[in-house]
Amino acid sequence: MEDLFRVGGREFQSRLLLGTGKFANYAVMKKAIEESGSDIVTVALRRVDPGSQADNILDFIPPQCTLMTNTSGARDADEAIRIARLAKAGGAGNWIKIEVVQDNKYLLPENLETLKAVEVLVKEGFVVLPYMSPDLSMARRMEDAGAAAVMPLGAPIGSNRGIKTRELVEIMVREIKVPVIVDAGIGSPSQACECMEIGCAAVLVNTAVAISENPVQMASAFRDAVMAGRRAYLSGIPEKGGLSGAASSPLTGFLSDEK
Amino acid sequence: MTFYNTLQESEACLRNFDAHEISRGSVIRAVESESCSPERLLTLLSPKASDDLELMARKAHEITLRQFGRVIQLYTPLYLSNFCDNQCSYCGFNARNRVPRKTLTLEEIEREAAYIASTGLKHILILTGGSRPHAPLSYIKSAVRVLKKYFSSISAEIYALSEGEYAELAAEGVDGLTIYQETYHEAVYDRVHKAGPKKDFQFRLEAPERAARGAFRNVNIGALLGLSDWRRESFFLGMHAGYLQDRFPNVEISASVPRIRPHEGDFSGFEQVSDRDLVQMILALRLFLPRLGITLSTRESPWLRENLVPLGVTRMSAGSTTEVGGHTIACHDAEDASQFKIADERNVEEIKAMLVARGYQPVLKDWMQL
Repeated sequence: MEDLFRVGGREFQSRLLLGTGKFANYAVMKKAIEESGSDIVTVALRRVDPGSQADNILDFIPPQCTLMTNTSGARDADEAIRIARLAKAGGAGNWIKIEVVQDNKYLLPENLETLKAVEVLVKEGFVVLPYMSPDLSMARRMEDAGAAAVMPLGAPIGSNRGIKTRELVEIMVREIKVPVIVDAGIGSPSQACECMEIGCAAVLVNTAVAISENPVQMASAFRDAVMAGRRAYLSGIPEKGGLSGAASSPLTGFLSDEK
Repeated sequence: MTFYNTLQESEACLRNFDAHEISRGSVIRAVESESCSPERLLTLLSPKASDDLELMARKAHEITLRQFGRVIQLYTPLYLSNFCDNQCSYCGFNARNRVPRKTLTLEEIEREAAYIASTGLKHILILTGGSRPHAPLSYIKSAVRVLKKYFSSISAEIYALSEGEYAELAAEGVDGLTIYQETYHEAVYDRVHKAGPKKDFQFRLEAPERAARGAFRNVNIGALLGLSDWRRESFFLGMHAGYLQDRFPNVEISASVPRIRPHEGDFSGFEQVSDRDLVQMILALRLFLPRLGITLSTRESPWLRENLVPLGVTRMSAGSTTEVGGHTIACHDAEDASQFKIADERNVEEIKAMLVARGYQPVLKDWMQL
């Protein structure tokens, strides 16, 4: 059976989402997107320069990709909402990744303001994917408010530390009905694979690809890792055993003893 | 409590710190550590650490790539007025210098803006001299209203204002404030600022936090290198940036590292700051504050600017002139009325080409009016 990624009322082949910041140039970015197989690509509206003939980032997004504008730079719900509306009015569609950050040191998201933006933008007809700190009750509220997915961070943006929030994300995977997409902190394909193995619906990667010595090849490595992790998850990963063989029924053996 | 209190505490740290006791081992530990202690910054700035610049550079490069990517944001200054009521001994706009003075009319601002916008730049830094009567806040706000039509982000480098005035400017659409303390050495500050409203050390020192409270998105601070010992200045600059980051987490804090350039006037006796010193300063700031923006102006030569790009710089000026109306109005054969001599005269296209050749993406737009 085909395993499609369903989000925002649509179906996609790829479970790897790509960010478009930090690349040395747009031509490399475009090749990396193509090589990644990504169907959904996020672009910061702050970087979109529609007036520019040569340097409009949107011209380098492959046409088959769904554009998900993000609200990078927003400091509160109001700014995020305004950015989303600007994006829509500018023809960038209605898929929006909400990023509200009030912390410039670690770039950690502000969940409460993010929730407020979700509530408003869903009502306005946007497909809303909030970037968030992995907090179950917040994720539930965002889901209730109509978020198309929730995007907990694995580690701070650009840290390349991997899924340090694993236990919290695993709880979200178990409890949240909409897709859980790990966004931020994924520094290597093995880490992306780990996210998929624990049942995340998808991962979003940017820094690890963009600043690699060979972004195009790295994009393909992430593509393969995400597919491998997903297949492993669907196959049912056997539990890990201990290092030594287990003694036979030391606790319940008495049940077969003769009285 | 303001940074003035922290400055005094930091001075005590500096007094108690014995740079002669720093070993290579402590330098290596300081490079690898993520501590925000004053002692770590002092270690990174120490003479001993200057033996390990390559080690520092590799780490600084790696941090900068992860935090900011292969990206440099470009902007250019637009001088609105060079009237000045201050007597700063290192500056061409010094009230005592006999140079042609001018304040642009709104029509002239529009002409300059249209020219700069035609180069593709979307971020602009407006500057005035330190004369309120010749460039009052109402004039600056009118200028901003004109410039908003041409630029997606406007920053200002003007005389120090009150918190309420900063809020007014932010409400008008100014995103960022640049203000240099020039020197954190209070006695030197008093000596080089001979007269004028800028003589008030503490009012100047606390301007960045007033601006941060006044709702600016970005605050850029700096020390003018050469007025006093660069290690000392870099230490206080780093402490100031760290203080602002801690207290105003929703404001992007950045720092400039300007070295004194030739200018109109007769002041001499500056401290030498070598290229090597400048590199150590940039590396120490990057290692100490991984998310700090670092701005590099056209005060530095093309060769040096190119080589500093991978070490931690996040923002550069391009196509600069430090003269009022320098893009479309000033007559370059006339008397020199610039604030200082620039060293990198390349235009925007040339700077973009240099960055691309170095494997960096020149970013012209990184914010917009909301």
